[in-house]
Amino acid sequence: MSRVRLIQTLLIGGSVALLEILCRAGVIDHFTMIPPSDMLLSLIRIARTESWFWPDVLYTLRNLAVAIVIAVAGGFLIGLGVHAVPRLRRCLDPLFSSYYSVPTFVLYPLLIVIFGIGPASLIVMGALFGVVAMIVATLTALDRIPRALIKTARIMRLDALRGVLMVRLPAAAPHLFTGLKLAVAYCVIGVIAGEFILATAGIGRRLSFSYNNFDNQTMYGVLLLILVFAATLNALLNIWEKRLHQRWYR
Amino acid sequence: MNARPRLVETDHSATAHVAFRSVSHTYPARAGHPPVHALGPLDFNLNRGEFLSVVGPSGCGKTTLLEVLAGLVKPEGGTIEIDGRAMTGDVPDGVGVVFQEDASFPWLTVADNVAFGLRRAGLPAKEIAGRVDYALDFMGLNQFRTAYPSQLSGGMRQRVCIARTLVTRPSLILLDEPFGALDQQTRLLMGEELLKLWRETGATVMLITHSLDEAAMLADRVAVMSARPGRFIDIIETRWPRERDSSLASQPEFGVLTSRLWSLLREESRKAMESSGARSSGATAR
Ligand SMILES: Nc1ncnc2c1ncn2[C@@H]1O[C@H](COP(=O)(O)OP(=O)(O)OP(=O)(O)O)[C@@H](O)[C@H]1O
Ligand SMILES: [Mg+2]
Repeated sequence: MSRVRLIQTLLIGGSVALLEILCRAGVIDHFTMIPPSDMLLSLIRIARTESWFWPDVLYTLRNLAVAIVIAVAGGFLIGLGVHAVPRLRRCLDPLFSSYYSVPTFVLYPLLIVIFGIGPASLIVMGALFGVVAMIVATLTALDRIPRALIKTARIMRLDALRGVLMVRLPAAAPHLFTGLKLAVAYCVIGVIAGEFILATAGIGRRLSFSYNNFDNQTMYGVLLLILVFAATLNALLNIWEKRLHQRWYR
Repeated sequence: MNARPRLVETDHSATAHVAFRSVSHTYPARAGHPPVHALGPLDFNLNRGEFLSVVGPSGCGKTTLLEVLAGLVKPEGGTIEIDGRAMTGDVPDGVGVVFQEDASFPWLTVADNVAFGLRRAGLPAKEIAGRVDYALDFMGLNQFRTAYPSQLSGGMRQRVCIARTLVTRPSLILLDEPFGALDQQTRLLMGEELLKLWRETGATVMLITHSLDEAAMLADRVAVMSARPGRFIDIIETRWPRERDSSLASQPEFGVLTSRLWSLLREESRKAMESSGARSSGATAR
């Protein structure tokens, strides 16, 4: 384990331990927060006993998966299109760069009006939130393909399709993957927050439901689940991203 | 036989592999930048099977010359004939290029990089394996065949690119400062290997280089380019025998040749330096 890793682990472990102590000692009262160990126990309990648990988890995962596919594939294709038309790109660039300063969630009521309460609104919310990260990453990725590689593809007489598949895409892979990573993170936020605001099912909805019912045990169990899920997903994607970047860049 | 370098007129004989006819190129204006007249007009023949070196000050249009000949840049004026046929604006048949920048594919191993062009050409696997083995030996890359470019030094990556180009056995080999990232000793050895390959294949070679020694040692003729827009101010015939190697460097003619190149380039390099301000690259320094 590297030094940095060690410090990170200590930091996280220390914070959790501190929370545990503060909760147990009553410094943080029980209605505000339950001790982390209780969160874990609560999560295990609801996973084993509550009939809503797996259906809600699957509902969220399914919507999330669809949102990610739409955001990543759509963002990639839109990125390709925008990159091909420099004038369009100049028009859209300011839009893209200010996109994440706009609270996209103000659109959620509108989505519900259009798509109704259900998976469609959640999927569109997640995809809307993630797609721009993917578009921007695709534009960057295409910009950064080394010219010498493109020239090499031409010298080797690759036709347009092969040039894309055999040279441009692999050359752009690291930045595309960074886009994928960001899009996934944004989709998670979009879908779960959408559920939190208004939905008929899903893990985010369960979070708001238990919150509104002063059901601290369930709420913190679900919260822990979401945190662990998002952190694990992100950590895995980070590892892959690092590997790609290490191989591609020197 | 007169072994001294001498000036030659442009040769219009029937052995021309490539003929430049008033070829010139101007890069169009881009946002905030005026157009750049980079090349020509240029009139000269590249003879079949000859080894031509091109030297010139930094930024004088050497790479432009190469890209025009490789079909990557459509010249704004003039025509280029290859084997008597005017270029169509496409990459001509049988051209192999080694670029100035690293162009190895980072997602492929050294061996896969070298095999890339051969696989594209659809050669049988056995033939590919044989050629790749040979090229890797030749370039001293054999222990690195399963390594990725990111694990290699800049000079080794450049050797991967050279190998990838040479295995396809081009009849016209264009090299843009291929040994720039190598140390002097490796440079000399690679130069010798290139000469050997040139003798074996009978290919026509155009080598762009910053090193006057290298240009003088390897080439049949050395073309000296002016400051931008790049034109040939002289083409000097070296008159070396076909069988030659770096031991040439100890001959008196070699010194005569390089000092002659330097005297031609000196003024041009100064012009190039002045016009590009701080750009003080040792393009022509020895
Ligand atoms: N795509 C381009 N657009 C505009 N100007 C360009 C472009 N490529 C090259 N130039 C300009 O054309 C001139 C010649 O460039 P070129 O790369 O051919 O020179 P070079 O002799 O190869 O230089 P070096 O010795 O640094 O490799 C330079 O002034 C350069 O800035
Ligand atoms: Mg150049």
